[in-house]
Amino acid sequence: MVVLTRTTVAGRERVRGRRRRGEDLTKVLFVLPAAVAMIALFGYPVVKNLLMSLQDYTLKTFFTGVAPWVGLQNYSTVVHDKLFADAMLNTALFTIGSIAFQFVIGLGLALFFRNRFPLGGLLRSLLLLPWLLPLIVSSATWRSILEQDSGILNRTLMGLHIVNDPVPWLNSPSVALIAVIGVNIWIGIPFNVTLLYSGLSEIPDELYEAGQLDGATGWRAFFHITWPNLRSVAGVVLMLGVVYTIKVLDIILGLTGGGPANATQTLATQSYEKSFVDFKFGQGAALSNILIAISFVFAIFYLRSTRRAVDE
Amino acid sequence: MISKRIAAALAGATTVSLLLVACGDNGGGGQSSSSSGDSVKSLTILDYYNNDPDKSLVQKGLDSCASQLGITIQRETVPGDTLIQKVLQQASSKTLPDVLMLDNPDVQQIAATGALAPLNDMGLNGDGVIKGMVDATSYQGKLYGLAPVTNTIALFYNKDMLAEAGVQPPKTWDELKAAAKKLTKPGRYGMAFNANATYEGSWQFLPAMWTNGGDETDLTSPQVAEALQLWVDLVKSGSASKSVINWTQGDVNDQFIAGKAAMMVNGPWQIPALNKYPKIKWDVVTFPLNKPDQTPVAPLGGEAWTVPLNKDQAKQQKAADFVKCLNSDANELAWAKARFTLPTKLALLDQYAKDVPSMKAFAEQVKTARARTGKLGDKWPDAAKVIYQAIQLALTGKASAQDAFKQASGG
Repeated sequence: MVVLTRTTVAGRERVRGRRRRGEDLTKVLFVLPAAVAMIALFGYPVVKNLLMSLQDYTLKTFFTGVAPWVGLQNYSTVVHDKLFADAMLNTALFTIGSIAFQFVIGLGLALFFRNRFPLGGLLRSLLLLPWLLPLIVSSATWRSILEQDSGILNRTLMGLHIVNDPVPWLNSPSVALIAVIGVNIWIGIPFNVTLLYSGLSEIPDELYEAGQLDGATGWRAFFHITWPNLRSVAGVVLMLGVVYTIKVLDIILGLTGGGPANATQTLATQSYEKSFVDFKFGQGAALSNILIAISFVFAIFYLRSTRRAVDE
Repeated sequence: MISKRIAAALAGATTVSLLLVACGDNGGGGQSSSSSGDSVKSLTILDYYNNDPDKSLVQKGLDSCASQLGITIQRETVPGDTLIQKVLQQASSKTLPDVLMLDNPDVQQIAATGALAPLNDMGLNGDGVIKGMVDATSYQGKLYGLAPVTNTIALFYNKDMLAEAGVQPPKTWDELKAAAKKLTKPGRYGMAFNANATYEGSWQFLPAMWTNGGDETDLTSPQVAEALQLWVDLVKSGSASKSVINWTQGDVNDQFIAGKAAMMVNGPWQIPALNKYPKIKWDVVTFPLNKPDQTPVAPLGGEAWTVPLNKDQAKQQKAADFVKCLNSDANELAWAKARFTLPTKLALLDQYAKDVPSMKAFAEQVKTARARTGKLGDKWPDAAKVIYQAIQLALTGKASAQDAFKQASGG
């Protein structure tokens, strides 16, 4: 009997141990696909890009596989490039200009569409149009709209006698960046409207009703009811906006290709040019890492602010 | 039990390593390692003629050579601006095609990486081919590609508009400026060209720069500045649109077709598009000269066919034979006639110009034309970048024509 129980206890323990090990294995197996996907799709490119930025990675490397280690030389080359300061400034102007106007116009439109009116739904869905067009199509279309001599915009402005001479939208170094920002604002509005509109519809109507009794209407209702309730959504919209805008490439390439006279070069276009026009992949990678680092700062900022919101 | 498992594991490991060895062996070239000796049955081909009519016209030439050699071909076409990226991707995965088409200024750059087989060792040479093209497709004294046909740029003009304004096709820069001014009226510019911030912008500037004795080895010379001044004068005087800094060659052609430009710098590949509008009566002259004693020098365009290095010697030789066939006299003439390009053999040019009168000016221009990579080789892209940036600086008024090149080259 005694012997028997002892063996069963030992057996049971062994079974339990095996089961626990089995459970652990199951857990690992469940995590594994996600982990593999993360490493393959996010980890590898980032690490590869980091390594590439520390190597002399050129056209030759693709054929021979040889990429000499150069340390931080690529970074110092791109930072001392005569276009780097301009590209930084343009990136900042492009990002801030785009986000500020996209957000304000988007919020205005979202507030406007919160009022129910006939055809409101249709108009709101039409507003999504810029978002649905392929960027290469929108930039080609805008390029012809902004054409100095025969573009429809200048024709209209001159026809209405708003300007006397055609505006060199894409032809003048001092105007081109403004034009490019303008097009990017147009593209970004739907994104802002959609998210802010859904944020607005989350705010319970009772708050406004209660506010109305206390005399909070119009602007006061906006500042005391709408804005405090919209803040977390607004935070998400702004942060995503920055991360999306800072790396915009296709619109600029399609409109000006970084010109005229490098007036619309940003870090993204410079990185593209270094890699795929000059075939200096190491320098291109260095520039894109700088870009990633800047986006990363905003991402951390965003994650911290949302965590605080959850904690509260 | 255990030993069996180990044996199985070992067997598995051996298969894997064998496979790896097999892959490594096959590295240099096409897909099949089994074909050896003279039993080469098929070749893979990569080019960027991805739009009709070029796509099917080139296919015809490729097919005729394939049947002459008794092989089949698997051809892949990609858009022009993605070819180099495709080649790089194939190079790193060791899946380069047996026959590779490259734009002629890219040949030296790719040859410098050691990816291409020298053609001299396989019974090919550039005898009788215009010097500019041999320069473009040679690297360190060896021939790496041959181009059956070539092209260049010259001055197109609208006959009716010039006749109406009583203007003769310009022969000198002064005549060009005067003619452009006279031809300009509301809604129409006298002259159109491409000065955008890409290699295309540099390419369109070369006829002026080279004809005037300018040289890419010294971009700060007065001859180069004079050429840039011509572009500046045309834009500043309003004879050419300020939009030239954003136009592609296709845009320039569209302006010409729409009647918004009376003259343009462009190449013969636009002729099929122009011929769709029979109402437009046009002709072509060589690019005007700054001083009467100069000869027009234009850049050579066109694509060369190369043979990437292949471990399979028989296949590599067959690919070289294929390139040789593509560059036969008969094929050169057939391609040139069908696609409004020019044969690259000097002996064929005069007869060709007689047969195809609309190509006369181009045939003249090609004889003296230079390759972009002729002097600087694989360093040409750096110079080309300085050129288009200087043009942009000068045309936007950020620098004078005299200072633009110094400023663009970082001085």
